[in-house]
Amino acid sequence: MAIRRRPTKAELRRQKMEELINYPLDWLEERSGLVGGVKYFLFRNVPSDINWMQTLGSAALTAFLVQAITGVILAMYYTPSAATDPATGKPVAWESIVNISDNLTLGWLVRGMHRWGASVFIILMFLHMGRVFLFGAYKYPRELNWIVGVLILVMGMMEGFTGYLLPWDQTAYWATVVGINLNGTAPFLGPWLAQFLRGGQEISGDTLTRFYSLHMLLIPGAIIGLITLHLYLVIRLGVTSPPWSKDAAGKEAEDEEPEQRPGLTRPVPRTAGGTAMQAEPGGRD
Amino acid sequence: MEPEQPSPDPKHESAPEEAHLPPPTLWPIGFAIGVVVVLVGLVINPELISSIGGVIVVVFGFLWARDATAELRGAAPPVEPERREAPAEEGHDVTLVPVTAETVTRSRFLEGATLGLGGVIGGLITVPVAGFAILPGFLRQKGHKVDLGPISDFTPSQWFITTFVVDPAQGEVSRRTAFIRNNGPVTDPKTKKPVQSFSIISNRCVHLRCPTQANGPTGSILGMPTVTEHTANGHVVLDPVVPAGYGCPCHGSQYDVEGNRTAGPAPHALDRYEYEIDNGRLILLSTYSVSHVVGAGAQAKIYKYGYSSPGNEVNGPEQWLWPLQPPHH
Repeated sequence: MAIRRRPTKAELRRQKMEELINYPLDWLEERSGLVGGVKYFLFRNVPSDINWMQTLGSAALTAFLVQAITGVILAMYYTPSAATDPATGKPVAWESIVNISDNLTLGWLVRGMHRWGASVFIILMFLHMGRVFLFGAYKYPRELNWIVGVLILVMGMMEGFTGYLLPWDQTAYWATVVGINLNGTAPFLGPWLAQFLRGGQEISGDTLTRFYSLHMLLIPGAIIGLITLHLYLVIRLGVTSPPWSKDAAGKEAEDEEPEQRPGLTRPVPRTAGGTAMQAEPGGRD
Repeated sequence: MEPEQPSPDPKHESAPEEAHLPPPTLWPIGFAIGVVVVLVGLVINPELISSIGGVIVVVFGFLWARDATAELRGAAPPVEPERREAPAEEGHDVTLVPVTAETVTRSRFLEGATLGLGGVIGGLITVPVAGFAILPGFLRQKGHKVDLGPISDFTPSQWFITTFVVDPAQGEVSRRTAFIRNNGPVTDPKTKKPVQSFSIISNRCVHLRCPTQANGPTGSILGMPTVTEHTANGHVVLDPVVPAGYGCPCHGSQYDVEGNRTAGPAPHALDRYEYEIDNGRLILLSTYSVSHVVGAGAQAKIYKYGYSSPGNEVNGPEQWLWPLQPPHH
């Protein structure tokens, strides 16, 4: 039994401060349950033997967030117009990109982040996909999450395709000509898909505005929805152990911490006698 | 009537004509609306509105016919729902009205009405919006007439790399290039008058529409002047060239002087432009696809096909992979 004593003044002050700090969080939690939800999301149980490869998904998510934030800022300065600036004789869209890179403060940095981050996002998605494949993490019951992930990858590539046109220079134009006409070689509906993407028979200013809308509104919205579904499934199904995991194979590690609970992320021990569950300190055995 | 039944069915005996009446149905209303849409569409827009009406007629006609023939086809018998006696409370005699599967209860009606109305509202919003996203790229595609300047600029038997702006409203993005040769005067088979014959080959590769280049010396090397004409279609540049053929920088397709494919992934010969001569000026019209060309110059026999998307075969069995090309000018 601990000896009860009156708290000192310092302890009382500390307690008051804690209450003051926690008040907004408690207010929010009482009315929405959001604090508990975030805690549930961030402090889930994961297998004890996960490794760094399993952070690739979070890295890809971070890359997407970088793209989203830099993209929103770039949209403040970019003009998706194929019209010719009468003062310079150059297309307005291309001039606005040059303005971002050369004149606006830190524009070069944000555009660079967006431009190179696009490749980083795709590369991280591929590495993440390779990790999931090699760990066998796509197997039952996680097949649906693999499918959702593939859709996110496809959407990411569509982002790359639509974003590539926006600088409206020669590279952008001819890459889009070839890319759209590749779609046009698909049997039966290919030419129709190509014409839909162009918004007409030839690439024009309509194609630029159409790609801009797809690039910054439609596809990112779809990606955000798919990522939400992806994360929901990760939380629901838990993180897989690596294929070399002794835990996942049903063997108990030597130095197993007894307070770990079996659950979705850990197999329930199948030994008949004393298990980790019953051997908790303070238990009645 | 079933033969094994010993006693005749009293219903059939008393009112035989009623037994053959189809059950009441609401489908004819939709059918009639469809007919009205077809007729209105004939006035407004026969292609679009009438075909929508046709679809409505077919769908509701099918549903109506299915309803009307349900008895003849022997529809599945209604399944009786399970019924249990409610425990009678003291002093009250509770009698439960048996609810059959067909009965529309209040909650079932509200559920259906909410879903149905939601669907209708969603459709009313989605259909025109989706149409706006898709249809403008397909409907009302306008053709262009491109004025390339006086035909006297085109020295007979000389190829010119000619660049021009197809649609001045779109500006430089619609700048195109054609390889043009004046084949000299030939006799028009109909009017028996001499007319100028031109070979006008689009430089866009029929593989994926990269710009092919003429393989051969151009103006400055030949010591010939490059002509620039200012017409309604921007500045038209005529650069003389002696091509041995045309080559595509993207994936290596090669074509001979008449545009026949000689190597690479291109499926057929280079596209060509229709043209007319108006007041001594060369006017380019729409493009068409070509499978191959036999002969050269004014005597060339051009195997001509409707404009097709790049990479698509225009003849042979492969053409059936692309049975319908989207509308174009």
